[in-house]
Amino acid sequence: MTIDMSQFYQVFFDEADELLAEMEKLLLALDVSAPDNEDLNAIFRAAHSIKGGAATFAFTDITEVTHMLESLLDRIRKGEMALTTEHVDTFLAAKDVLNMQMEGHHHGASVDQDAVGSVCARLKQLSQGIVADAPAAPASPAPAAPAVSAAPVADADGQFHFRIELPEVPQRDVDALATELGLLGSITQEILADKRVAFTLITGEGQDDIVAICSFVLDPDDLKITCGSAPAPAAAEPGYGIFETEKAEAAPVAAAVAPAQPAAAAAAPAAETKNMGRRATDKEVGQESSSIRVGVEKVDQLINLVGELVITQAMIDQRIAALDPIHHERLLNSASQLSRNTRDLQEAVMSIRMMPMDYVFSRFPRMVRDLAGKLGKQVEFVTRGAATELDKGLIERIVDPLTHLVRNSVDHGIEMPEQRRASGKKEAGKLILSAAHQGGNIVIEVTDDGGGLNRERILDKAKQQGLPVTDSMPDAEVWQLIFAPGFSTAAVVTDVSGRGVGMDVVKRNITAMGGTVDIRSMTGVGTTISISLPLTLAILDGMSVKVGEEVYILPLGYVIESLQPAAVDVKEIAADGQVVKVREEYLPLIPLHQIFAIEPLYTDPAKGIIVILESEGKKAALLVDSLVGQQQVVVKNLESNFRKVAGISGATILGDGGVSLILDVAALLRSSRQLSNDPIFS
Amino acid sequence: MTNTTHMNHGSKNAGDGAGDEYLAFTLGREEYGIDILRVQEIRGYEPVTRIANAPDFIKGVVNLRGTIIPVVDMRIKFRLGQPTYDEFTVVIVLNIAGRVVGMVVDSVSDVMTLSPDQVRPAPEVGTVFDTEFLIGLGALGERMLILVDIDRLMSSSDMGLIEKFAA
Repeated sequence: MTIDMSQFYQVFFDEADELLAEMEKLLLALDVSAPDNEDLNAIFRAAHSIKGGAATFAFTDITEVTHMLESLLDRIRKGEMALTTEHVDTFLAAKDVLNMQMEGHHHGASVDQDAVGSVCARLKQLSQGIVADAPAAPASPAPAAPAVSAAPVADADGQFHFRIELPEVPQRDVDALATELGLLGSITQEILADKRVAFTLITGEGQDDIVAICSFVLDPDDLKITCGSAPAPAAAEPGYGIFETEKAEAAPVAAAVAPAQPAAAAAAPAAETKNMGRRATDKEVGQESSSIRVGVEKVDQLINLVGELVITQAMIDQRIAALDPIHHERLLNSASQLSRNTRDLQEAVMSIRMMPMDYVFSRFPRMVRDLAGKLGKQVEFVTRGAATELDKGLIERIVDPLTHLVRNSVDHGIEMPEQRRASGKKEAGKLILSAAHQGGNIVIEVTDDGGGLNRERILDKAKQQGLPVTDSMPDAEVWQLIFAPGFSTAAVVTDVSGRGVGMDVVKRNITAMGGTVDIRSMTGVGTTISISLPLTLAILDGMSVKVGEEVYILPLGYVIESLQPAAVDVKEIAADGQVVKVREEYLPLIPLHQIFAIEPLYTDPAKGIIVILESEGKKAALLVDSLVGQQQVVVKNLESNFRKVAGISGATILGDGGVSLILDVAALLRSSRQLSNDPIFS
Repeated sequence: MTNTTHMNHGSKNAGDGAGDEYLAFTLGREEYGIDILRVQEIRGYEPVTRIANAPDFIKGVVNLRGTIIPVVDMRIKFRLGQPTYDEFTVVIVLNIAGRVVGMVVDSVSDVMTLSPDQVRPAPEVGTVFDTEFLIGLGALGERMLILVDIDRLMSSSDMGLIEKFAA
């Protein structure tokens, strides 16, 4: 299965742009002597979100820079390190670098790898607590570079030969490193006598880059990097050697910084590359203008206005229906045209907001696959309910939390194959991502069949952090602890997760959407994280039914069939319960008029209509007076101005401007199981 | 500035000496006033959609330009005779803490400005409202307005408009 990820790039770039701008704003406003912790957290979260997005799209370079940025920020916000102007400057430089990398991916603009390397090195130094005196110039030989035995020497092609000796690390890290380093150039692996691994890397990149990459996995001080056997006739001065590389991405800025002599030769090709880059950019920009980002409020306003227009239109139609068609032929024609246009307009406006969950779900198979590969796990990824339509506003905002949750599930939830086999499970873990309308909510669940949450570890950690906990807390409350800021039980902080920022952000984002997060977990069986979002605006296929004077909407998804039962098929059970026999099956009869205390047209099921409903595997027959019709309705939340009403999941506005209530079928059926006319809600 | 009840009300525009503006309406034979800043608009009565199993004074919900709002009839709430609904029935649309609610009253008269010294403490008895929901009595010449703390009234549990969250 291949998925064209490029359709989502735009969203990532837009979001990342916003986040970067936000980050810059916060950085500039930061008071170095007394930084506001909330601001630091916000900057940290911005970096984290970009990292998450970049990793989803496999923009490794961006992930690397943000990871380092994040590590440093994390230490500062935890108070392990005091903030200095030096930090802020470096953060800003990192922001510029990220911007450049983003442009690189987006428009194919050239990326100055030296600047990237230098910023990475600065970040690295800072997080090790070294404050350099001079501002970091691109490719300044990194003072922190560990175990440098010789200055880098490029060979004739501008390539360096590095030999990197790793300390003792797990095979999985070695593989990950090999892949990452492989991106820089060609790599060969050998196993040393003491079972450690050494790489030989031929690359045009500087040592800083290698150190930067390795620092994801291990402490750079344990690293032994030696450079180059091949002598370099072209490079007279070792320190500037790398400027001679004619690799396109290194050229533009390198040329500007390098001493005049060697640069002269490189300048011409560099300029050319730059121009080409610009041309490509212009073209891309032209395409980009085919979509615009509009505030959700504007769309909402538009939807409401169109709704009003439709109602007004219905009123006009009613008025002119009374006119003599012969005398007013032209007016009637225009009116019918207006009515058609209005309908089209309404449809078009409605379609702006609604998107299938697939838009979000389809990002994940790749991410899960890559992640599982990186961690050496086997994961079977399943999505359900991808066609569930959700408001675009919500879709966009659910992406980040879901990304975190899926990553967490793969990283912490699903165990390594050996461990799974040992506990008698299939080697491949199962990760299910599902979406469904449930009651008045949309429920999105991330389920894994991994090890489950570790109650003891969470409680221990919570005690360490001074959270108010007791050993007798119910499970549900213990699970909620993982949403506390900075809470992580993972033993190591990895590129994937474990910083404890994820869950904090997840909770925050979802609460901001008016939703809730629940965790169900069982040791050894797995974890389900369930996000429940209110239906602020979702389209529902509904069936309208009438009881007495009232019209209610039944979500079509629950409706199996409707029929008029024969009198003999309706049986009394006990005093007030009734069942109806449909196709050799006895179903409990729910008289809607009784539940809602309505004066119905018919109390005899044989005269009215019964609608067979199914929810959660249970069926029941709902008695109504008549069926009105089927239509798509826009679900409105009743709770925004009123409170929750038992048996009602929401409301909608009918064509005539009136309000109709949407039945909460799941709740109705639950009440029916008691087979009594005294429903559980009243 | 002796009226502490009023001070507690803490209206945002309680500028010194300027006084607050109140929308005056009648319920039965009494005249009431509510903070004009809570009033979003005044509309005629439209047919509502009934909510099953709700108290009788909650008439139901209506569509206010795409938003669904509950409508309460104060005449039923305070048992002021048999309410009638005709083209003169008035709904005051209130916006209280971001929630919109419609309130049916007998009639709306005018907007009055009352300076703090025109507001007297509420008597212990004498109106259909619990004193807890009163700001005080506003005296303006011959007229006397019963000033209602509409925020508190509408958020109170006996109106049943807002779900009570378990603590």
